[in-house]
Amino acid sequence: MKKILMLLAVLGLMGGVATSASAGPAEDLKQFRDFFKKKFPTVKFDEFANGLYALPGFEEYRASWNTYNEFPPYEFGLANGKKLWDTPFKNGKTFASCFKNGGKNTAQHYPYWDEKSQKVRTAEMDLMDCAKKNGAEPSFLKADLNKDTKARVQLAELTGYFYSLSKGQRISIDLSKPGAVKAYEAGKKFWWGRRGQLNFACANCHVDLAGKNFGGGQPLSAGLGHTTAWPAQRLDWNRIETIHFRYMTCNKQVRAKPLKHGADAYTNLQLYETYMSSGLPLTAPAMRN
Amino acid sequence: MARQTRIRTKTQDGHTEILVLVNHPMETGQRVDPKTKEKVPAHFIQKMAFTLNGKEVAVADLGVAVSKDPLVGVKLKGAKAGDKVKVTWSDNKGESNSADAVV
Repeated sequence: MKKILMLLAVLGLMGGVATSASAGPAEDLKQFRDFFKKKFPTVKFDEFANGLYALPGFEEYRASWNTYNEFPPYEFGLANGKKLWDTPFKNGKTFASCFKNGGKNTAQHYPYWDEKSQKVRTAEMDLMDCAKKNGAEPSFLKADLNKDTKARVQLAELTGYFYSLSKGQRISIDLSKPGAVKAYEAGKKFWWGRRGQLNFACANCHVDLAGKNFGGGQPLSAGLGHTTAWPAQRLDWNRIETIHFRYMTCNKQVRAKPLKHGADAYTNLQLYETYMSSGLPLTAPAMRN
Repeated sequence: MARQTRIRTKTQDGHTEILVLVNHPMETGQRVDPKTKEKVPAHFIQKMAFTLNGKEVAVADLGVAVSKDPLVGVKLKGAKAGDKVKVTWSDNKGESNSADAVV
């Protein structure tokens, strides 16, 4: 009798696991938020948009970050992006013509699922396609974005300016299509999957160990609010960079082979991360450690 | 094209801080171009002068040890609201630019 009861209990447990694994994005989001709410009870929800500077114990980082923000070094990059955005193509149109509302207050819906191409589209992709469609030839169209820093930074500056037009808008991602959920699941798998010689998942550092400082002036940020600041300028790099470049460097840090800039796995991951930050205000471009 | 130069002032606790940000490569002349294997010629800001209402209040001699896109700050006493501050810099290649602001 006891054995049967045990068996039933085990089966019940397994059933429980199975249902939680098949839970939809909305429940994942709730769990994700609740986890960080419990982990950092003193941090207000909106503050998570400020990355690691919002976390307790990093007051000194916060102070130096505030000083940086008085005269942010990304202003030059942003000015370059604005210039590119405002310069008309040969046909007289500008980048603003490719976006709803002239590009204002639309970035909070990026990345989005495109039914036509059955792929996740990022702001970078839309900007590149916009240039292509209008016959312009900025350097980032043809260059290898994995290697050509100059071209990639140009793209990042343009994207940064596009995001700055939506500053303060709250992230809302549409996952109503089944394809979008599929891409979301793929991104989720990437986030929780271990990789590299060090065998780390994104989640190991940015969920379990978030808020810890292992030295080197690089405390670990919380996964909640990860995408709000990107494209961002890091003190380490001294230039505005795209979020995919950040993913590449993160992969390198766990001794994994980085994927290509614009790879499907990265766009899916971006979709997952952005969805997990739903409801947070956009702060891009911003300074990061 | 003249390099972007930005200036900002901040008044706090009885003193005024002038902050200047210059978009400058600040090449030391020691760095090797990875493609051509040749040294990148030195290119750095040598002098930066601050004036308050047309009167020179501070001069800085910068060198190769200063970082790229430098942010230079000077604290002044006795600057009043409405005073004009101006910064002028020049580098070893003869480039120069200036920017001004009102306290």
